Amino acid sequence: MTRQLHSPSIESELAIQVEDLGKRYQLGETLGGYGTLRDALARTAGRARSKLSPNSGAPAEHQAATIWALRHVSFNVHRGQVLGIIGRNGAGKSTLLKLLARVTEPTEGQARVMGRVGSLLEVGTGFHPELSGRENIYLNGAILGMPRREIQTKFDEIVGFAEISEFIDTPVKRYSSGMYLRLAFSVAAHLDPEILVVDEVLAVGDAEFQRKCLGKMGDVARQGRTILFVSHNMSAIQRLTEECLVIDRGNVVLRARSEEAVDFYLTAGLSQHGVKRWEAETKPAAGPFSPMVLQVLGPEGRPADRVSAVMPFRVEFEYSLREAVSGLRVGIYLTTSKGEPVFTSFDTDDPERFVQLPARPAGRYRSTCQIPGTFLNEGRFVVGVNASSFRIRSYFTDEYALSFQVDGTGAPGTHWPEARSGPVRPGLTWSVERLEP
Amino acid sequence: MTAEIGPIPVATPVTVIRASRRWSGLDLKELWRYRELVYFLTWRDVKVRYKQSLLGAGWAILQPLLTMIVFTIFFGRFLGVPTDGSPYPVFSYTALLPWQLFEGGVSKAGTSLVAGRSLVTKVYFPRAAIPLAPILAGLLDFGVAFLVLVGMMIFYGVRPGVAIFSLPVFLILNLAFSMGLGLWLAALNVTYRDIGYVIPFLLRLLFFLSPITYPASVVPAALQPLYWLNPMVLVVEGFRWALYGGSEIAIGLALISAGMAVLLLLTGMVIFGRMERTFADTV
Repeated sequence: MTRQLHSPSIESELAIQVEDLGKRYQLGETLGGYGTLRDALARTAGRARSKLSPNSGAPAEHQAATIWALRHVSFNVHRGQVLGIIGRNGAGKSTLLKLLARVTEPTEGQARVMGRVGSLLEVGTGFHPELSGRENIYLNGAILGMPRREIQTKFDEIVGFAEISEFIDTPVKRYSSGMYLRLAFSVAAHLDPEILVVDEVLAVGDAEFQRKCLGKMGDVARQGRTILFVSHNMSAIQRLTEECLVIDRGNVVLRARSEEAVDFYLTAGLSQHGVKRWEAETKPAAGPFSPMVLQVLGPEGRPADRVSAVMPFRVEFEYSLREAVSGLRVGIYLTTSKGEPVFTSFDTDDPERFVQLPARPAGRYRSTCQIPGTFLNEGRFVVGVNASSFRIRSYFTDEYALSFQVDGTGAPGTHWPEARSGPVRPGLTWSVERLEP
Repeated sequence: MTAEIGPIPVATPVTVIRASRRWSGLDLKELWRYRELVYFLTWRDVKVRYKQSLLGAGWAILQPLLTMIVFTIFFGRFLGVPTDGSPYPVFSYTALLPWQLFEGGVSKAGTSLVAGRSLVTKVYFPRAAIPLAPILAGLLDFGVAFLVLVGMMIFYGVRPGVAIFSLPVFLILNLAFSMGLGLWLAALNVTYRDIGYVIPFLLRLLFFLSPITYPASVVPAALQPLYWLNPMVLVVEGFRWALYGGSEIAIGLALISAGMAVLLLLTGMVIFGRMERTFADTV
């Protein structure tokens, strides 16, 4: 066998070639759920009528009811490359992965995929609670496209990686959520496709499991396999990928080295500065919670893109509830521009307030978080928001809604002109005692 | 990452992803490539059904058996329905076997895509595997219930002739009709959820339109061609003819039934193939 390094033909080096790919969805009919036969008959009748009277506005209406989730997307991925895909919710990342995994068909354009594609769009797809771990391994493997013989040879490896060997003949409904997840990921991770498409599997599971998954993905990448990796976890993106696509509103807006892409995504490009307003089209269509305005306010009460490290400031989040929501908590995530989490805080973290607000009636609200002075280090920070009822439902999440700059002037220790690592630079109380002369 | 990358093996499959033509139909080759998945989905349906049920395989026997007893008492004894000469229990049980295979298969296949939406929206595979699995899974129950029929035939001294070798033909016709109707209903149910409510009603109508409690010969001669448009008429009468030499079947009428089953299967495959690429967006 002749082994070619840096193969001369560019063609043979490509794993994925995407040309002008586009996907259009019909609003209402498809995105908003399913129709009934009566609706379809009514529509058909409407079309027939509009054909008879050409002046009716039906065709325009038909046009307006579609949305391009993805359009004019072109890019190449080389064999062995680990490409990250980042973008906010609804930007079109998942649509792109679904197209490449052939879950759904594109409306226009094409993609050429060289080799077997394995998708980890959601781990545990097809797991049946009544079946044992062993049975689910075979079933899930078959669903992911693994031949039975291949599953047999890798069986012990899969069980070993998932660390569930003593429960292998127990129905998975008796598994803890951690065991379930480990098993599901393990099957998928042993799929060994030429191209692996991964979407947010790391958002779940404990830290130890996430570490293990990232390690496994690193191994897969080192074997020269191609990986497309979608995640909101910016530190995982930076650790695993060298290059990223930034997708916004169905377009690739940037392809760059991961560090640059993450920075663009979190600060310069997509998060807004100082104030973020949610327009009607970016609000979640269903559910009682509707975000309105998020802003960072300086000490004088005006929206600020820059705040001082020594002065207190506040983060205000306005939202409305279409109906009463019980057990609601609204809070913020603070992240550095590199994607490292700083803290998460909710407006009902105080147990007394939580008891006082068992349910919030419908209406417009503002939750304000006071952030003390002499706390954050200098640098750029990103504010995300979340509204949820614990263990019941998450109503809204935008992990990277807006960014602001912290000016370090006057912060503790700035009389030494050196950078201090870490996201916080708190003013802590020190005492110095002389214990011996 | 331009480090050591070997040449792509010659066999590396290249998949072109693009919008398919309007009338592409069902890709049978692709379905055949995924036959192992069909097997596992079928096996899952069987396993799950037998796993947490008290009687397991007992249900497969009890259901047609109890139905047969009720039918025998009411239709056989009280109403005195003619059976073309065979004992009523054998007459109705022989019909209930293919009917329950059909009924179970169609009702599960018809709602299968909606029930399996987590699969449909997450992984690629030929979607026809989903409705196909419950239809094939019904064969196990059928096999178990068939053993009871053998016992009944021995008990009543009913002896099958050479015609018994034609039984697989009627069984395949049964599966083809189940699959044709199943494909239609499953595809439509993705877009129109009312189909899910219509299925039980449709099956109940078909039950009375099939010669299960009565022989096909009670239908007036003028209406026979219309009556045989229902493929289950041929399946049920065929089972009787194959197993104990029930009444003769006119070739012309048989062709109407078989033609209808084939037509439903072919159109079902086309409609399913046409709709399957948007299942993930719609379901």
